[in-house]
Amino acid sequence: MKKMGRMSVNRFNSWFEVLRFLIAIFIAFAISFIIMSFSTASPLAAIGNLFIGPLTSVRRFSTVLEMMIPLTFAGLAVNVMFKANQFNLAAEGSLFMGALTSAILAIYMPGPPKLVIIIAIIAAGIVGSLVCAIPGALKIKWNCSEMVVSLMLNYVVLYFGTYIFNQIARDPNSAYKASYKFRTGVGLSNIIPRTRLHSGIFIMVAFVILTYIFMYKTKWGYKLRMTGSNIHFSKCAGIVVSGVIMSSQLIGGFIAGVGGSTEMLGMYTRFQWSSLPGYGFDGVILTIIARENPAFVPVAAFFVAYLRIGADYMYKQSDVAAEIVSIIEGLVIVLVAATAFLSRFRHRMTTKVSKNLLEAGGAKQ
Amino acid sequence: MSSHCKGHPHILVKDIGVKMNEKVILKVENILKVYPNGIVANRNVNFEVFEGEIHALIGENGAGKSTLMKILFGIESPEEGRIILNGEEVKIENSKKAISLGIGMVHQHFMLVDSLTIAENIALGNEPKKRGFFIDKARMIKKAEEYAKKYNFKINITDKIEDVSVGVKQKTEILKALVRDVKLLILDEPTAVLTPQETKELFAELKTLKKQGHTIIFISHKLNEIMEICDRVTIMRHGTTVETCYIKDTNPQDISNKMVGREIVLHVDKGEVKRGEVCLEADNLVYVNSIGKKMLDGVSLKLRKGEILSVAGVEGNGQAELAAVLTGMKAPISGTLKIFGQEIKTFTPATLRRNRLTYIPEDRMRNGCAAKLAIVDNLFADKIDKYLIGNIFLNRKKMRKKAEDMVKDFSIKCGSINHQVQVLSGGNIQKVVAARELTEEARIIIAEQPTRGIDAGASELIRRKIVEYRDKGAAILLISADLNEVLELSDSAIVMHNGRVNAYFKDTSKLTEEELGYYMLGVKNQSKEEVNAIL
Repeated sequence: MKKMGRMSVNRFNSWFEVLRFLIAIFIAFAISFIIMSFSTASPLAAIGNLFIGPLTSVRRFSTVLEMMIPLTFAGLAVNVMFKANQFNLAAEGSLFMGALTSAILAIYMPGPPKLVIIIAIIAAGIVGSLVCAIPGALKIKWNCSEMVVSLMLNYVVLYFGTYIFNQIARDPNSAYKASYKFRTGVGLSNIIPRTRLHSGIFIMVAFVILTYIFMYKTKWGYKLRMTGSNIHFSKCAGIVVSGVIMSSQLIGGFIAGVGGSTEMLGMYTRFQWSSLPGYGFDGVILTIIARENPAFVPVAAFFVAYLRIGADYMYKQSDVAAEIVSIIEGLVIVLVAATAFLSRFRHRMTTKVSKNLLEAGGAKQ
Repeated sequence: MSSHCKGHPHILVKDIGVKMNEKVILKVENILKVYPNGIVANRNVNFEVFEGEIHALIGENGAGKSTLMKILFGIESPEEGRIILNGEEVKIENSKKAISLGIGMVHQHFMLVDSLTIAENIALGNEPKKRGFFIDKARMIKKAEEYAKKYNFKINITDKIEDVSVGVKQKTEILKALVRDVKLLILDEPTAVLTPQETKELFAELKTLKKQGHTIIFISHKLNEIMEICDRVTIMRHGTTVETCYIKDTNPQDISNKMVGREIVLHVDKGEVKRGEVCLEADNLVYVNSIGKKMLDGVSLKLRKGEILSVAGVEGNGQAELAAVLTGMKAPISGTLKIFGQEIKTFTPATLRRNRLTYIPEDRMRNGCAAKLAIVDNLFADKIDKYLIGNIFLNRKKMRKKAEDMVKDFSIKCGSINHQVQVLSGGNIQKVVAARELTEEARIIIAEQPTRGIDAGASELIRRKIVEYRDKGAAILLISADLNEVLELSDSAIVMHNGRVNAYFKDTSKLTEEELGYYMLGVKNQSKEEVNAIL
């Protein structure tokens, strides 16, 4: 009887999580609606555009999927590091350097284009790993805060990358700041005609599956989760925690680097980033929305991409600023991350469920 | 005798003709408390406390004692039920309210500021002021001294907390409550950290308090203490009060049976010791802590196959550091450690575990489990490499099967092996830790306070298991502050005082708690030859 009681409470809790997420979104939209009504005469039309915008054409919907690809990579990268309790933003730098590395290889590397693509992606992953390894190494060696190091490191990476770009890849004949064009044929192929959706989405799916398997099915993932959950205990149990911390950074960095590479080879023909793309920061948002489960990261990425494309459409159709979406995003995250949100309601319900079960159990005894 | 105290939720004590001042000071009715994770910690809790009595509250871990006390002290609020104090129903929203109602609590883990003096700690939050702004130190010390004298507490009021013993810290805690004019004092396992001598002193002080009209609720796992000092006892089981009875009408066996709900064995049966070869050999270990204090000052010992060697001592005399060094959590600055004759060069838990040494750590929440992960995941943290397919993938099926066996073997009470460890009660968490560390593969087992703060049922099981693995040929080093446990389980014992081994008893069967206590306090010391008999 006791066993059944506990299980039902657990089921109630998972049901509650879903409900809470939906309520969080609803409240976020409601608040945004109020803000919108200050800045436009027809807030209803604006919010309608936000919702249906991405569905108005195949092209628009495909942009949601395009945007989802780098977001998912960033989310997975941050997820791996967070699971080891390495709260840091080095994925941003990794993604940037990964993109630059694959761009340079795409310009200069001879050989069959397919081979170049594969090598460019792997090289981007390795460079990404190296970037993320820095905060990991400093943490292990001198116990530096990985958060502070990674935050500052991102600027070092940006300007170091820009220097390399200026020295070896910049096309002086280009009207804007961009590299030479990639070699013909070096780029991820398009999969839906008249859209920009590229085969990087398959790489993304593969990485979601691999990350999930890594995290929950392998000994490395097991040790990583153990270390992230309680480092003192893991040490005591004989796990080499410094190795786990380092490998979580290397793997996270690799995923971010590959993400930068697929974005570059799928969406661009020249390297033209002159500032940090911000995906590393988005990765944190996605991991939080996905409740630190890699399987939910693509869902979260789709949600965020959908919102952003919808906002773009709304902005074009009405006089509402696209920034309103940042407000919605922020509100959703605050509400999702706030574990105490609706906790009173939850507690009342839990009490009721537990009590009913007790009475049912008592009657049977 | 138990017929005198048949439990009924509402009429708890029948008239049994005991003449005591039976004025009810506190009455608790039908308390229901549900925690956010759905655990029902208290239900149908009913009991009464008489004015001027020492009332014991006993129950297994997870029986709901602590929750109930937190409710009385305003830390948790109940979902349902009434608390009646001096005939009036009260709502206790926070500890401040509790204190203003005259309820005080001494927590198991002391809530003191180490860098302040005893007098300052007592005054904290309630400081006498001069000209409305400055702290009146003279008055503060005077008041503290007055109270110490009134209740006959022998302490030096101007000592800093960091320099005093655990016993004195506890007195400070009690004084802190008394200064605030508390009438009802709740003591949560007050003797868990005390030596027998300190316990005796505490009991004398509690009797003084009682004489002066204070009422005390005394929470303990130690039956002999309850028998000695309390007037009545309320037994809790599975979140409910089972019954209340007069101490004089009951006996330890009866109480423990009601507490667990079945017959429990208070004594572990243990066969003759069959000592084998030396498994672990420490020679002259020295360890200095981060503030430069020599915590291990040349410790040498030999641990043999098939024996349980206990390490007794007052807390802070180097036992914790000894465990840390032997398990590789800390590296000694000099001395050697040999395991099966091989010298250990790198002190990490991984190296020592590879030498088939396992460890039940004292702090189970910090070093013994990952509370947020599933029970099944926690059971294999040190040996996941044996549960793999192709040396990479987790063999979930094998893990699940083994985990189910372990849960059964150690009677871990849980809904499912997939539940988080943190939803379990303390005793069950400790069983998870013990199940992981007490295995066939273990040759050397370092058990540090393996039954601290857990109930009689769980303690009994863990102690039985320790003996079982001794008989299977493991060498066991038992570090324990519970002298009862030391005397009951060990084949041999050493005592640590000031970072040194100051006594060795090859045979513990004739040893008494008092005798051990003298060595623990350093009143008695053995000669070097006697101590070195272990080598």
